[in-house]
This record gives sequence, C-alpha cells and structure tokens, in this order.
Amino acid sequence: MSRSSRLWLAAAALSLALVYWLPLWHISLKAPQYPEGLGLYIAVNKIVGQSPQDLSSINNLNHYIGMKVITPEDIPELRFMPWLVAGLIAVGVAAAASGKRFMLYTWTGLFLAGAVAGLADFYRWGYDYGHNLDPHAIIKIPGMTYQPPLIGAKQLLNFHATSWPAAGGWVLILAVAAGVLLCLREFRAARRTPSPMPAPAPAVA
Amino acid sequence: MRASWWTRGTLGGLALAAALTSGCARPAAQAGGTGDAASRVYVAPGQYDEYYMFASGGFSGQLAVYGLPSGRLLRVIPVFSQDPEKAYGYSEQSKPMFETSYGFVPWDDAHHPSLSKTDGLNDGRWIFINGNNTPRVARIDLAEMNTKEIIEIPNAAGNHASPFVTQGTEYVVAATRFSVPTPQRDVSISTYKENFGGQISFVAVDPKTGKMSLAFQIHMPGFDYDLARPGKGPSHGWAFFTSYNSEQANTLKERNASQNDKDFIAAVNWQQAERCVAQGKAKNWPTKYAHNWVDASDVAHSEMLTGSKVLEPGDCPGMVYYLPTPKSPHGVDVDPSGEFIAAGGKLATVIPVHGFGRIQKAIADQAFDGQVGGIQVLKYEAIVSCEVKEPGLGPLHTEFDDKGNAYTSMFVSSEIVKWRVSDCAVLDRIPTYYSIGHLLVPGGDTRKPDGKYVIALNKITKDRYLPTGPELAQSAQLIDITGDKMQLLLDFPTIGEPHYAQAILASAIKDKQIRTFPLAENKDPVATLSEKDARVERKGNVVHIYMTAIRSHFVPDNIEGIHVGDSVYWHVTNLEQDWDVPHGFAVTGANTSELLLMPGQTRTIAWVPERPGVLPFYCTDFCSALHQEMQGYIRISPRGAGTPISFNTPK
Repeated sequence: MSRSSRLWLAAAALSLALVYWLPLWHISLKAPQYPEGLGLYIAVNKIVGQSPQDLSSINNLNHYIGMKVITPEDIPELRFMPWLVAGLIAVGVAAAASGKRFMLYTWTGLFLAGAVAGLADFYRWGYDYGHNLDPHAIIKIPGMTYQPPLIGAKQLLNFHATSWPAAGGWVLILAVAAGVLLCLREFRAARRTPSPMPAPAPAVA
Repeated sequence: MRASWWTRGTLGGLALAAALTSGCARPAAQAGGTGDAASRVYVAPGQYDEYYMFASGGFSGQLAVYGLPSGRLLRVIPVFSQDPEKAYGYSEQSKPMFETSYGFVPWDDAHHPSLSKTDGLNDGRWIFINGNNTPRVARIDLAEMNTKEIIEIPNAAGNHASPFVTQGTEYVVAATRFSVPTPQRDVSISTYKENFGGQISFVAVDPKTGKMSLAFQIHMPGFDYDLARPGKGPSHGWAFFTSYNSEQANTLKERNASQNDKDFIAAVNWQQAERCVAQGKAKNWPTKYAHNWVDASDVAHSEMLTGSKVLEPGDCPGMVYYLPTPKSPHGVDVDPSGEFIAAGGKLATVIPVHGFGRIQKAIADQAFDGQVGGIQVLKYEAIVSCEVKEPGLGPLHTEFDDKGNAYTSMFVSSEIVKWRVSDCAVLDRIPTYYSIGHLLVPGGDTRKPDGKYVIALNKITKDRYLPTGPELAQSAQLIDITGDKMQLLLDFPTIGEPHYAQAILASAIKDKQIRTFPLAENKDPVATLSEKDARVERKGNVVHIYMTAIRSHFVPDNIEGIHVGDSVYWHVTNLEQDWDVPHGFAVTGANTSELLLMPGQTRTIAWVPERPGVLPFYCTDFCSALHQEMQGYIRISPRGAGTPISFNTPK
C-alpha cells in the first residue's frame, strides 16, 4: 500500500471509535398529537429516546396495536456490537500498520459483510416487532402491519415514521466507502506495478 | 385644549358620585381602542405570546397566567384556595399547604405577585404572592407553575404590603394592614392607641432552593401599613412601606383615618436591621406560625414554628425613618434608577416624588420634624424631589418605562397619567374602564423596564362586556406606550380581582417548563411505580389501595373486601411519562374531589364508603381513544360482612 493509503486506512479505522459516542440510526414518529415528534436513537450499545421519555411513550402507544415492548436489555446485538466495532478498528489499524494489500481487502470485506448483516438484522427486528402482534390487541386493522421502514418514510396509522442513518451511521458509511475506494486504488496500483521483487541480498564480504 | 384641572377634578368627582348611584354607561365615543389595534394584539393560531403575565386572582385566592399581547388565559395556578379540579387542598399530598396557626384555612385573598430578581432584574425562577386575610406568603415555581411553599406571618393581620422582593431576592417583605394588639391578647378595641401595633416582617429566601424563613420583624406604631417596595441600585438595602391611619382611629376609618394632611412612608434600612439582629438587639416574641412546603416528590409537609425575632425601632437607631407623605398614601414605587420614590396618596392632590439622595442628606443633616412613636420624621421639604401637580384624582400606583417616564393609576378619575420622573411634568393621560387599581409595565419594577405596554387592572367593568347577572368580571386593559400618546389596544376579563400583576418575557421561562415528573424520582412513600406492585392492603378498618393509571386502564380495576365505614385511601400513580397525558380519578359519592394526576405523579384521596353496593370509578381527564373504557368497580360490603380483600392485577 502507498503511504497515503495506509494513512487513510488508519484514519477510517480509527474514525469508527466515534460510534461509541454517536448514534447509528434515528427512527422518528410524528402524529397530530405529537407535533414535537417521538423518536428513538439506536446506538452501538443502546436504544434511547430522542427525549428521555420517548422509549416508554412509544412502548405505551404500541400496546394499542399489540406490539411487543421494546426492551433494549433483551436485544443481544447491543451487547456484542461494541466488540465487533472494536475488532474492526483493530483489524483496520493492523492492516494500515502492516501495509499489506491483502489486509486492506480483508478489512473492507469484513466491514461490508458486517454492514449487510447489521442491516439484515435490523430488518429482522423491525419485521418481528411489526408483524408478531398480540392477537388480543385493542386496535386490529385487517392486513395492517407496523414494521418501521428500514430506510425512508412510511405512514403507520396516525404516525408518519421515518428511518435514517444518524451521525454514527454516516461515520460507518463514510468509513466503508473509504475502504472500498482504497481497495480500488490499491487494486489498480497493484496491476500497474508488479509487486516488487525481493531485494537482492547484499554481497557478503 | 383642556379645562382647568380643578374644574375637571370637581366634575370628575361629581361623575363618580353619579356613577356610584346610577350605574350609567359611558358614551360609545369613550369606549377607547384604535383602528389597527386588532393586528397589534393578534397572535395567530399556533403562535406564542411575547409575554407571560401573572395576575393575582384577588378573592379567588389564585394566580392566573395570561399571554400578552393576546390576553388569553393560559392557566390558573391554585395558591391560597382549595381547587377541586386539581385536588389541590383535597389530596392528602396537598392538604398540608393550608395549615396555619388557626388550623386548616382553605381560602385567602391574594393580592400582589412578585417575580424573583437577580441584580434588580426578573430571573424567572419563582413568583411570590401574599395572602391578605390570614397573613401568608406563597412561593410558586415558574418551571412547574405550581405552589411550592406557604409561610404564615405571625404577629400580623392583613398581610397587604407584601411580598415585593428585594433586588437580589434576599427577602420578601410583609407588613400588617390592620394593626392589632401586639402581641395578640384580649383588650378593649377602644384602647387601640395604647395597645395596637404594626409589624413589618422580612422573610429570607434561600438563594438556591427558594425556601422561605422568617428572618426578623420590626414592631411599628399602630398604623395601617399598606404597600411596599424595596429599593434598588443606590437605595438597595432599604425598603419603603406606606401607611395610613396615622390618626390611629379604630372605628369609621373611612372618615377618622382621613383627617391628617400627611401620613407616613416608613423607610426601613434592612441592612441596619440585620446588624441590630446580629448584635442581639431583637427580642424573642413567643409566637406560633405554620410553614408548609412541597418536597421533591411533590408531597406537601407542614411544620409549626415558634418564636420570632422582633426589633423595636428605639433599640436600633438608624433603622427606620418616617417620610411625611400626603395623604393616606397607597402605592410606593421606586424608579428604575433606584433614586426616586413615587407615592400615590389616595386623597392627595399631588404625587410627591422623594429623592433617595435627599433622604440620605436629610438624615445626615438631622433635618427632623419631630418623632412619632420613637421614629424620627424627616422634613418633607428636605426629601421631596418634585411633585406631580394636578395628576388626576385618587393616585394609587406607579410603574416605569425605560425612557424616564412614570405611569400612575388614578382610581377616582379612572385614568392613567404619564409623567416625567426628572421634573414631574405631566405628558399624557388615557381613560381606563373603569376605576383602575394597580397597573404594570413588563419589568416595570426592575432596573430595566420593557417599555412596550402598560396594563391597567380595573375594578369595575359595568358596560364593557355582555352582562352576566349581578356579578361582573374585573378586567385588564393593554395599552401601547411606545409612542408619545398612549393607545388602548385590548380589553380582557380576568379571574377574580387582578389586584396586581407582573409580566416577564416568554423566552425567559418558556423553555424550562417541566413536561412530566420522572417516575424514577417519585419518592412518595405511597407511590406505585409499576403495575406489578399494585395492591390493596387492609390494616384494621383502614384500607390502602395502591393503584396505577396508564392509557387506558387502572390496576387493579376490580376491588372487593371493602366494608361500610372503612377509611379507604386511594393512592393513584400516573405511570405515563409522556407530555400532556394526565389522568383523572373519581369514585361515585366521594365527598372530596376528583384527583388529577400529571405524568409520573402520585395523589391520594381519602374516602369513607357509606352504603353497600358496587360503585364505579373512572378516569376524568380524556386521555386516549379508549378513555371511556378507563374505569373499574369497587365492591362495598355491609359492616361486618367479612368479605376478604381481593383485587386483580395484570395477567
């Protein structure tokens, strides 16, 4: 890897540490009775309301449609995701330190796989909350499910729901994009200049 | 072109007499208002007012919150009167607020709101208000807009000259409007001159918590102490109290207390009083007074305190001086600079303006005009800075703008007169409808008034609104003071009599309004913080029901095992943590009130069922789409039936 690629890779890997402070995702709900909006921030290790009471308010509203109570303590992903991020940082830094292209490709591959798995898992949870409803729910509308959008906006009864990456999510997106671009750059560089031959051993006097 | 003031004054007097006897309406031409007024007070739907105005509810005992310039009523804060709507004074958690040394006193006459101040400016933390009848002062938290504390003022009667905070909220003041035997005892009323005295009190305010404590009292000659203002800037450390009845009449005061050409403003150097107290010059009077406060979990407590530190003016030289002031002075108001002190003599033909620098010089020069009750009287000529000539009839109160002007209310001639503080020149006048008492300029008692509006607070409305039987509303009138001529913009009715009001920029307190009470911080011993903890417990013939409320059900909602004659306590906790989702609670036949529960709050109502049967209870505050379903039943068995306690909890 070139010196600048190694620096970029190190920066991308270290930037992931920001997700320990910045939320990854933001789900927001607006209704006539909630002009100020309700919302949840999903972070690497927790789910919190955008206002302190929002999680309990959303859970309380969800009881009308028979949705399960969202209990962050019961979501195992929130326990191991911080370690996955730590692993990604470690592998990324190691790749930058080694300067080996293979390590860069591995890191980017792991990162992309993790991101896809994370989104799939997020979809799975959303599907589960939105579909597995209490058969004795107070409000039952035939055919209606309440899965929040994976990304984008959707009307759920009186609530307009939106789901977008939050600051930490954008950090991940930029970091993985940086990884992909570095892979392309290094791949091209590798094709142009064949890998250097081992240096001839110095003549022994 | 104006008729001579004296002619007009006489005619005004005749008009008043006519109005009192015939109740005639004013001609429409005098109805006031200007062409573009509507657009200047219009606050579009969904938009906010620029100011909060806190107006005393007078004999309603409460404090009303209005928006300005719209005049919309936003909230009535219960203070000195039981309020069944909010269970204030009915719930076990709020009943202690009404304790006094006279027992449970569920009503008072609220007069003067006073915003807390830092460095002479409104700081938006608390507002204080006095209870006139059974002497009390209340403190209201401005982030919650609820009454947090009430302290009784001992050795006093009629706490009118109160609370009027000092420049840094070091003290709220109190003074007796009805002199009484001091200390209280059984004497003939005709011995007024020998036995009756006044009491000026300083109640210290804790700068962090706001908690009030009686610091010291000053035992004064037996006059009627009427209104007060502490000084600010150069006059900080002093407070000024008007008095009338220097005649010391004890009957037909209307005439007998109106004989002297001048009565007195008591100028009190409270920093000197503090020194005398520190030097041990105060005497401890045995007395008893109640102190009631609300704790962090919204539960009220009451304690009965004893003893009060009382200073005699003769024991503390330099603490009190009398400023002779014509005639039966009512309001006393200190201008933004802290230098000028305007007095509204109800029966005076001028508004005298005393100069604080002149007062200090007169004291230094010993320009005394004798003594009254051991208090030096300063020479009027030495202290008066100027007099507003021909101001109108019945001057009462003065507030100030930011351009060196003063606005004085004229009760008898029913108008506001605008005059210049520096030379007492009258600049403008505008009628009010009718018989204005107090008036206010937002920040008008601070170092930096906001000279946009003056609001007239009127006692009589007569023909101003659709008639509503014999009892008519009192009113407030919003008047623009940004130009040379005052302009009437809006006329709106108020709850009770809006004696005095204060206003503060909405931006100062709007964003710190509390939305819910955090359940995690609810330490009320009878709180039920989760549905699984809901229960019913019997102890002898006392039954405690620990109930929760959340959209849209109570837990438990079926209760059996209650017997006729049991003392039942409903402890209901609102588990909501969502803004603007209160629940209510009411049970058939309860001879108390409903409960109204804010999110996270616990309230208790006591109930003694009197006949067997099954009674419903329900939520009284429309909380959700299933509000009508939010109900339950309680079974009452005959005395001695032995039905065991049972209740349901969530599956």
